[in-house]
Amino acid sequence: MAENNDVYFVDGVRTPFGRAGEKGVYWDTRADDLIVKAIIGLMERNPTVPKDRIDEVAIAATTQVGDQGLTLGRTAALLAGLPKSVPGFAIDRMCAGAMTSVTTTGSGVSFGAYDLAIAGGVEHMGRHPMGFNADPNPRFLSEKLVSGDALNMGVTAERIHDRFPALTKERSDRYGMRSQQKVAAAYDAGKIQPDLVPVAVRSATGWGLATTDEGMRPETTMEGLATLRTPFRPHGRVTAGNASPLTDGATVSLLASSDAVSELTLSPKMRMVSFAFAGVEPEVMGLGPVPSTEKALRKAGLSIEDIGLFELNEAFAVQVLSFLDHFGIDDDDPRVNPWGGAIAIGHPLAASGVRLMIQLARQFAERPDVRYGLTAMCVGLGQGGTVIWENPNWKGKK
Amino acid sequence: MNDYDSIDFTPLVALSDDEVVTHSFVRDVPLSGGRTLALVTLDNGRDHTRPNTLGPTTLLELRDVLDTLRDRASRGEIHGVAVTGKPFILAAGADLSQVDRIPDRETAALLPKLGHDVLGRLGDLGVPSFVFVNGLALGGGLEIALNADYRTLDLSAPAIALPEVFLGLIPGWGGAYLLPNLIGIENALKVVIENPLKNNRMLKPADVLDLGIADVGFSPATFLEESIRWADGVISGSTVVKRPNAPGRIERAVKWDAAVGIARKQVASRLGRVQKSPYVALDLLKAAKSGTKAEGFAREDDALTDLIAGDQFRASVYAFNLVQKRAKRPAGAPDPKIARKISKVGVIGAGLMATQFALLFVRRLQVPVVITDLDKARVDTGVATIRGEIDTLRSKGRISSDEATRLSALVTGTTDRADFADAGWVIEAVFEELSVKQEVFADIEKYVGPETILATNTSSLSVERIGERLEHPERLVGFHFFNPVAVMPLIEVVSAPATDEVTLSTAMVTAKALKKNAVITRDTPGFVVNRVLAKVLGEAMRAVDTGTSFADVDAAMAPLGLPMAPSALLDLVGLKVGAHVLDTHHAAFPDRFYRSDNLHRLAEHGSLLERDKSGKVTGFDKGALKIVSGGGTPTPPPEILRRLEDGLADEIHRMLEDDVVHAAEDIDLCMILGAGWPFQMGGVTPYLDRVGASERVFGGTFHSPRIAGVN
Repeated sequence: MAENNDVYFVDGVRTPFGRAGEKGVYWDTRADDLIVKAIIGLMERNPTVPKDRIDEVAIAATTQVGDQGLTLGRTAALLAGLPKSVPGFAIDRMCAGAMTSVTTTGSGVSFGAYDLAIAGGVEHMGRHPMGFNADPNPRFLSEKLVSGDALNMGVTAERIHDRFPALTKERSDRYGMRSQQKVAAAYDAGKIQPDLVPVAVRSATGWGLATTDEGMRPETTMEGLATLRTPFRPHGRVTAGNASPLTDGATVSLLASSDAVSELTLSPKMRMVSFAFAGVEPEVMGLGPVPSTEKALRKAGLSIEDIGLFELNEAFAVQVLSFLDHFGIDDDDPRVNPWGGAIAIGHPLAASGVRLMIQLARQFAERPDVRYGLTAMCVGLGQGGTVIWENPNWKGKK
Repeated sequence: MNDYDSIDFTPLVALSDDEVVTHSFVRDVPLSGGRTLALVTLDNGRDHTRPNTLGPTTLLELRDVLDTLRDRASRGEIHGVAVTGKPFILAAGADLSQVDRIPDRETAALLPKLGHDVLGRLGDLGVPSFVFVNGLALGGGLEIALNADYRTLDLSAPAIALPEVFLGLIPGWGGAYLLPNLIGIENALKVVIENPLKNNRMLKPADVLDLGIADVGFSPATFLEESIRWADGVISGSTVVKRPNAPGRIERAVKWDAAVGIARKQVASRLGRVQKSPYVALDLLKAAKSGTKAEGFAREDDALTDLIAGDQFRASVYAFNLVQKRAKRPAGAPDPKIARKISKVGVIGAGLMATQFALLFVRRLQVPVVITDLDKARVDTGVATIRGEIDTLRSKGRISSDEATRLSALVTGTTDRADFADAGWVIEAVFEELSVKQEVFADIEKYVGPETILATNTSSLSVERIGERLEHPERLVGFHFFNPVAVMPLIEVVSAPATDEVTLSTAMVTAKALKKNAVITRDTPGFVVNRVLAKVLGEAMRAVDTGTSFADVDAAMAPLGLPMAPSALLDLVGLKVGAHVLDTHHAAFPDRFYRSDNLHRLAEHGSLLERDKSGKVTGFDKGALKIVSGGGTPTPPPEILRRLEDGLADEIHRMLEDDVVHAAEDIDLCMILGAGWPFQMGGVTPYLDRVGASERVFGGTFHSPRIAGVN
């Protein structure tokens, strides 16, 4: 039995995120190639990690068909040149896919089953629109288990606006604009680029190289946002400006046990403290991070005040704002998404969880004053997921 | 030197109105330090089954693109230029589909100049140029890379080569000058001369790196990303490129001419002097030792123009197309869908030929193969031989251990012919005598089912007569291999009068499964290859019997450029077999085929050539020369040659009249694949047309228009 079962986030990288669809940079690039390039980039950045020591490769995707099918963790490992002795599997928890890859393999590390694991996710929403070809059980509707609205994420976001009248369209728009501005500032300061793995992309007009996130709109203004249409209901509040765009991208991370960290003299970026998933009504799935965070805090023996940095997935601005309101945090609180979020960067469903961790890890390195950080996200069909992390660079008293 | 700028290339463009244009797309890629790389992608918009090729319109588009990039470089907008291809393919070289439309030497001269004009720009952009060799790069495709300053290589690239000499050309878009100056003369000789003449051998990625053709190799999964990163390093100065194989002063002064001289001797001894392209290439490689690039390009212009306008290149393209296309869609083949499925093979015999058959069938069909012979000892030896060969394949790494176990278990031996009962295909490899083969098949028919295909490997007997004692002769087919069975790519599939369509189809499908090229012939003496070779040997012996020396006969026939002289061919097939072949053909066609008593005497004597201890031929056997010394009126060499040419034209014309095969193309294909006759002859019929033999003999030509060069 392993004696010390701490779980460390050693490193994480991702592809630049592309706009989904024919005009997007990855339209002619396979989803599995995205995750493969991310894994290769991760291993190149950690050359002291022997490839044959990887005990597991868990890769998430929401729509596991075609180039996202065939047990992604295994196929991606083979395609990335990991030894055939390295096993792998595929994971699905919709938007929290990559987060679940991390918590599941992290659990294995904690149990002593793994020394080293690769955890990540990929979503090519251009090739695999959410819910495409799904066949929901008719009982959902006949027994009124879930409203038909619950399957349309935009509609669930409108429903949160209904539930909390204090969450106005104006607040959502402002949050969206700030996200754009914060990402632009982070790019200018070179905070994002170091963790991006460039991807060669083919198009009908030749090869190119994707090096930055494609969906950013730093020029966003409140006036401009006010003119956007509300596709999910007439006179609604949810627009393309206060929601994350459809996105293609892949993320991947390297987890290690404390034994492996010391044996290979790795420099981990975060230590996993606790995690939790929780369910809510599917019709307001965006509220999911509230109960999952409460649960994770409880398991960690921490309170919300102990958290110095929040990386919240911005599926919709209103859904982040509902979280902040619940915990009494300001819309503009500097602890929250200091480098912006998914509204600007994009949200390739099952890949996003590790993107949050990559950004939190880099902030930890800059913030030895912060001990704990939190990554959280909502999940379609009414779930939330939260992982609490400790900063190894923390300089305070233990 | 040539001033390419002033040349009007429109006559070339006019010839290629149906060119599949490979476009040059440009996208800017950000590098470190705010620099920019212009990435050019060559892409013809088709999938990998239609590789990028470089026709005139393609090249002129690339020229415009490179001009634009040179302007941008001079304005400081870009800091490097890289060229790469569509997935799996950089470019398969010049578009040869138009070459037979080139009307005259003047137009031919434009082709090398256009290539130099365009590709040469890669060396003169004002910023470093790179080619990311992402896959297939042949001929002009590889010369794109050679004209650039730096090259990266995808480590899975399937085929990289300069095959020009194989096709009767030379690497004339810079290759003959640039390559030896990049990788040294000995390496360049290997790429330009040696490999093309080894049946057009391709370079493996590791070779490309070892030889120094590419500066660095990257794995395919991230090839382009790593190539861009490497180029970034070169441009920024953080990566320094070393070229240990680049020739230095000493190599130029001491080694260069000697290496070319040695290569020239090797080519002459292996190939003779008829095929021009290797010698032209040798001259160019030798001259590349000194002088400027422009001078080198000018030499290539002249040399390539001569070859493009000449006979041998046209014949080579014709031959290449036969091997690449006609061989894959055999003329007159019945619908492959009606073929019977073979799930077990029986081989009658356990000797050398039988074991070769068994090994080939078990490897390629992966079904049970059972061999039989008269007694258990022979059978056991045969099975042991086959299993030994399988084990050799395993130890060489050609097949896995699992595969070796599987194949060994599939091979069994028996003396009980009842074990053939469920075989779908039975092939004999017994003594070449009619009564023996008749007996063997009549016997086996008692055991096998009515649908079992029976195949005979006879080379000289009538398939119809072999089947005379069969109840079901419709399932008998000729299946004539060439020795060595594992190597020679041809099978003559002989359709006897009784052979039905299902049997013929099964034979063709089986030949394909064996990875052989099959040509269907009628059941006539010698089929194709042996009948033509019998003509050559017969004319040779006719001349010898008049008192001409073997050496003089060999020399008289040398202008054809055959892979071996008549004396060497006799030595290879064996004097007994040679005598037998002449006898059978003489018996069938006494007016036209010569038989030689002297050859029988030579066969009794046992040897024709004299060899030293290492087996190298040193001359003719003294005893043999004595045997043939009787004739008193040697035939003059020109007459020997003319008799041969006219005899071949006459015989092949008759074979076509008699529909032995459907077209002259099939005769040529058989001679190329079954006897190794050279591309420069186009097999045989283009040669006979161009030397006038066809006109002399039957007042026409095999091909209209003739497959010949232009003035």
